[in-house]
Amino acid sequence: MLQLNNIHKTFYPNTPDERRALHDVSQSLEPGDFVTIIGSNGAGKSTLLNMLAGTLLPDEGDVWIDGKDVTALPEEKRAKLIGRVFQNPLSGTAPGMTIEENMMISLGRTKRRSLFKGVTKKTRERFRELLSTLEIGLENRLNSKVGLLSGGERQALSLLMATFTEPKILLLDEHTAALDPSKQSLIINLTKDLVKKHKLTTVMVTHQMEQAIDLGNRLWMMDEGSIIFEANEERKKDLTVPDLLSEFENIRGRRMASDRALLAK
Amino acid sequence: MIHALYGAVESGLIYAIMALGVYISFRILDFPDLTVDGSFVTGGAVAAVMIVGGTNPVIATLAGAIAGLLAGCVTGLLHTKGNINPLLAGILMMIALYSVNLRIMGQPNIPMLNETTLFSVLSSWWQSLHLDAIFIAPFEWIGITDFAPDTFYIIVSMIVIALIVKKLLDFFLRTEAGITLRATGDNQSMVKSFSTNTNLYIVAGMGISNALVGLSGALVVQHNGFADVNLGVGMIIIGLASVIIGEVLFGKDKIVRMTLAVILGSIVYRVIYSLALRVDFLEASDMKLITAIIVIAALVVPNMLEKSKAKRQFKKSKQAALKRKEKGEVQHASTE
Repeated sequence: MLQLNNIHKTFYPNTPDERRALHDVSQSLEPGDFVTIIGSNGAGKSTLLNMLAGTLLPDEGDVWIDGKDVTALPEEKRAKLIGRVFQNPLSGTAPGMTIEENMMISLGRTKRRSLFKGVTKKTRERFRELLSTLEIGLENRLNSKVGLLSGGERQALSLLMATFTEPKILLLDEHTAALDPSKQSLIINLTKDLVKKHKLTTVMVTHQMEQAIDLGNRLWMMDEGSIIFEANEERKKDLTVPDLLSEFENIRGRRMASDRALLAK
Repeated sequence: MIHALYGAVESGLIYAIMALGVYISFRILDFPDLTVDGSFVTGGAVAAVMIVGGTNPVIATLAGAIAGLLAGCVTGLLHTKGNINPLLAGILMMIALYSVNLRIMGQPNIPMLNETTLFSVLSSWWQSLHLDAIFIAPFEWIGITDFAPDTFYIIVSMIVIALIVKKLLDFFLRTEAGITLRATGDNQSMVKSFSTNTNLYIVAGMGISNALVGLSGALVVQHNGFADVNLGVGMIIIGLASVIIGEVLFGKDKIVRMTLAVILGSIVYRVIYSLALRVDFLEASDMKLITAIIVIAALVVPNMLEKSKAKRQFKKSKQAALKRKEKGEVQHASTE
């Protein structure tokens, strides 16, 4: 479903600020795989995700999604195949527009936009049904401005909008990091449900090791632009946070340098 | 006096179409577009040249709108493909269009007093139907014939044209494409992440915005009876003034309500304009200053009111807390 072949990316090459963000990353995901990526700041997690989304072009290597070479495909074209939820709850929705209008925009992945009436009775009913699965009462607020929703509600809406059109790949970029713990567990549970319901191939970046272990069937640990450790489905079942930390120490010969990763439960 | 007001309402309605264009760029796309100063004249110039050349005024007016559309698309391309800051892209187009407009017109001023314009056609059509008699009837009935305008055809036809433009715009902004256009102005990266070429929407939106500006310019030159290369100076500020006045006085969240508010805002602006001209120490040349002051006031005053309201509330709650405290102490003392 997703294949990365020998991806290299260096920022500011040949200057004193040169930073190797990704170094020879090759991986592949089967349909329905759910991989969580952990790593300290600057490990290359976000660069990898941006590479998948098409916001960044690799220096070398290529990206394949669903049997197609998408390396040179610009972000908005590639987005046909990709659903994305951002860290900032404000990023995934348009605040000045209503819930149903936002839902309308997310339909853009599956069809061309017409000069017909935007939200018809039929689509409204469909949106209402979809929103009711979130179980946070958004189905009764179809005409509310999204800017009036709380961060958790907005993130739940973003998640729904990214998934219900069933993209080939779902990218989750620390999508619970900006929420308080109770909202985090709401979003995590929704993520589990929606990914399962639509059988989505998912890539999730997180800072929280427990989350990374709890979710998905695969796990990659990144450091200095490489995937230094990976756990498959079997290995992941009995993985613990201390396991991960000691793995890191064994491989790198030093402690994991991220207080966020350590402190976060 | 009252007749000056009718004139103000007439111009308000004609310039309202330009203000609707500014509303699209300024509010919906969040693109402060200075192209307006140029594209307004471009629309007028194209219409004037064609009318003088003997073209049907309806076609000439629509051609003015198309000229505006093209100018707006170029501004949109400068911003999206050329990566030029929106303000700068607009300024560049405004300057470039000044020369283009002179080329189109061939001379700085085109008089068209005896030409067949949209308004002269409407006027003869109106008179042949004797419609004024119907409209003046209520005035006669109340006995205020003196307060009636000489003729109703401009007001009525402009109300019809402005409402048609408003209705079309309302409809468009609620289509799938229209919703996407609005979302592009609201959160561009989000729209992009749902596989939409936002650049296309920005270019198209700027085109539609300036098409309305060009249409308004084409109507204004026919209403004035001449086209002038300097007609557009400060037009963007007049547009902004109309949008902001409309928002402050009549604005609501709904699109249907906002487009109406912009039209009313334009009329209110023209009424203020004509009243200001009647003040003795003000001259016509002071109008640009007054317009700027109106816009500044409309931008600043609501903010200040909000702040002072918050301040008053804070003081009030503080005083209430103080009173409670005093009372509490008194009670405390009495129990001792």
